[in-house]
Amino acid sequence: MSGTFVGMPAFPEAAHEAVHNQTLRGNLRHATHTIRAKRAKAVSEVSDWAELREAGKRIKDHTLRRLDHYLVQLEESVVAAGGTVHWAADADEANEIVTRLVKMTGESEVVKVKSMATQEIGLNEALEAEGIRAYETDLAELIVQLGKDRPSHILVPAIHRNRGEIRDIFEREMSEWGRPAPEGLTDTPAELAEAARLHLREKFLRAKVGISGANFMVADTGTLVVVESEGNGRMCLTLPETLISVVGIEKIVPTWQDLEVFLQTLPRSSTAERMNPYTSTWTGTTDEDGPQNFHLVLLDNGRSDTLADEVGRQALRCIRCSACLNVCPVYERAGGHAYGSVYPGPIGAILSPQLRGTASEIDASLPYASSLCGACYEVCPVAIDIPEVLVHLRERVVEGGPVVREGNKVVLKPAKGHAAERAAMRAARWAFTHPGVLRTGQRAASRTRRLHPRTLPGPGRAWSDTRNLPPVPAEPFRDWWQRTNGGKEGGK
Amino acid sequence: MSSRERILGRVRRALADAPGEDVPVERGYLREHGDRSVEETVELLAENLADYRAIVHRCTAAGLPATLAGMLAARGAKTVLVPPGLEPAWLADAGTEQVPDRAGSTPHELDRVDSVVTACAVAVAETGTLVLDGGPDQGRRRITLVPDHHICVVRVPDQVVSSVPQALERLDPVRPLTWISGPSATSDIELDRVEGVHGPRTLEVVLVGSQPSEDVNS
Ligand code: SF4
Repeated sequence: MSGTFVGMPAFPEAAHEAVHNQTLRGNLRHATHTIRAKRAKAVSEVSDWAELREAGKRIKDHTLRRLDHYLVQLEESVVAAGGTVHWAADADEANEIVTRLVKMTGESEVVKVKSMATQEIGLNEALEAEGIRAYETDLAELIVQLGKDRPSHILVPAIHRNRGEIRDIFEREMSEWGRPAPEGLTDTPAELAEAARLHLREKFLRAKVGISGANFMVADTGTLVVVESEGNGRMCLTLPETLISVVGIEKIVPTWQDLEVFLQTLPRSSTAERMNPYTSTWTGTTDEDGPQNFHLVLLDNGRSDTLADEVGRQALRCIRCSACLNVCPVYERAGGHAYGSVYPGPIGAILSPQLRGTASEIDASLPYASSLCGACYEVCPVAIDIPEVLVHLRERVVEGGPVVREGNKVVLKPAKGHAAERAAMRAARWAFTHPGVLRTGQRAASRTRRLHPRTLPGPGRAWSDTRNLPPVPAEPFRDWWQRTNGGKEGGK
Repeated sequence: MSSRERILGRVRRALADAPGEDVPVERGYLREHGDRSVEETVELLAENLADYRAIVHRCTAAGLPATLAGMLAARGAKTVLVPPGLEPAWLADAGTEQVPDRAGSTPHELDRVDSVVTACAVAVAETGTLVLDGGPDQGRRRITLVPDHHICVVRVPDQVVSSVPQALERLDPVRPLTWISGPSATSDIELDRVEGVHGPRTLEVVLVGSQPSEDVNS
């Protein structure tokens, strides 16, 4: 990965700031709660959700187990269909390849479909440095780009902005980039969308080069799939003469049939719809229909290192639906920016420290950006056990140990500045392996709950300085269970 | 060493901990959801299309030219894009000027056309989805994208399947496919759904059946 957002403080400080931003919290709460309720309904419409989830998990695990085989197969099929395949070991290499390909067309501007992979490698900035202007065409990405902002959500990157803020950004910035905002623009979503339509249409109609990512790549047919809503994807994928797709190596599914699982689970998990308005698939090039030059850039950038970790590799199953963000109590309060990466929320907390390593302060702090409540695991359509990976990564940060970085085995030293955490982890482990102690501790805690401090005394202070201690329930679960015979006699 | 070799080498070393171990894929999920008659499946398609704000019409094959002519007139369309293989009789009654789908036409030319009429490859009832595969009666992908008004004709019940798995079975992955579920939409502003950002803002679907009983223009 190209590194953290420049000057990004560690998660606790960034989150601390965000928690006190009332507008941000309001925008976020509204958005996540709306989408959460809708998603539950969309999922309840399919009676075989559990089976779809299990199949999705297994297809991805099966693919990851033989990733080398499927990568080679994919390359063969894409080439056979008329495409060209490039391999990029890291962000710099991917950026160099794309820049070179754009320059070969003689163009100095490109239109882009929203893509996490190109954000991850900082492609827009790399193109800018070479005199190539990249236009984001997804409405939310446009808002972020015009606002000189950073995305804060996987699916709705401008989720932290409300309609008034968006109106102001459009009015102020659109003229800098092309067609100005219409006179007297109000803040109704319909008018704002119309302004974006007009602003972007002139770019779509003249663009010669499109850049995209892909949601899936089918190994046996060489087909790429982009799932979207607005039609900006279709514009970028079909109007330009040259199409360049930058895709992480983990996005493969083995067969065409496998899409039947993900085309059912992805829309429902992300936008809570039965199906998103548009899905495009393309296999190489087609005569006289769409781009006549197609380049696929296969991106590693830390993925093979992540694959080397037996516990952590399950993060590579992620289909970027963003369901885990919308249910996460920590994300809801801290906001996406606090995670210091293009991957926010629970998935960001396990993916970023694996793709980038845990050397920086923010990456070392990310595995702690969770209450381990488990809601993210419950909603994940490919059943990634995010809490399990979080705990695993915490241990790695605290204790050090063998990891793979850029293909080489290295032994991590225990992180500096985490002495307090180390102590906390030791204490926690000790308590968990001594059930009697845990029981007594819980009882004592609940009996004295009104007396509990907001920060821990002594060596725990550094740890609790940046955290709110969770409230202690009035009665320990164990006692409740015994008192009510497992809930059968009616709880409290 | 090339990056290809470097990446493949890293992947192989990363997987060395459990060589040969495989994860079998079990497909315990359903091929379709629920038990429906053919008529009920068509009805579900109509419902789900309408739920995502497509405008649904129904007619018989004999009534199709009049239905299409009426729709174009109601829209006030002066020009309509026509794929090369579209059944000529379909637009026989329409007074609208026909613009053929040509490889050489520029996006700006397409942008000046009012409407487009196409057939489809398959329609999915459970999700309210139309799939276009670039066949001769559907034309290039861009003709259903740039104009603001798309009329799609679905032959029922032949072209209707219940579910996504059944649709994929029928489709050829080599062709470029466009799956359309309602008109273009965005929910990026406070999650309020707004129709029509970049694709057609109006999607009309005509379900053409053989039985006269279905002639219930809505
Ligand atoms: S981790 Fe799971 S829930 Fe979160 S974005 Fe990825 S697939 Fe979706």
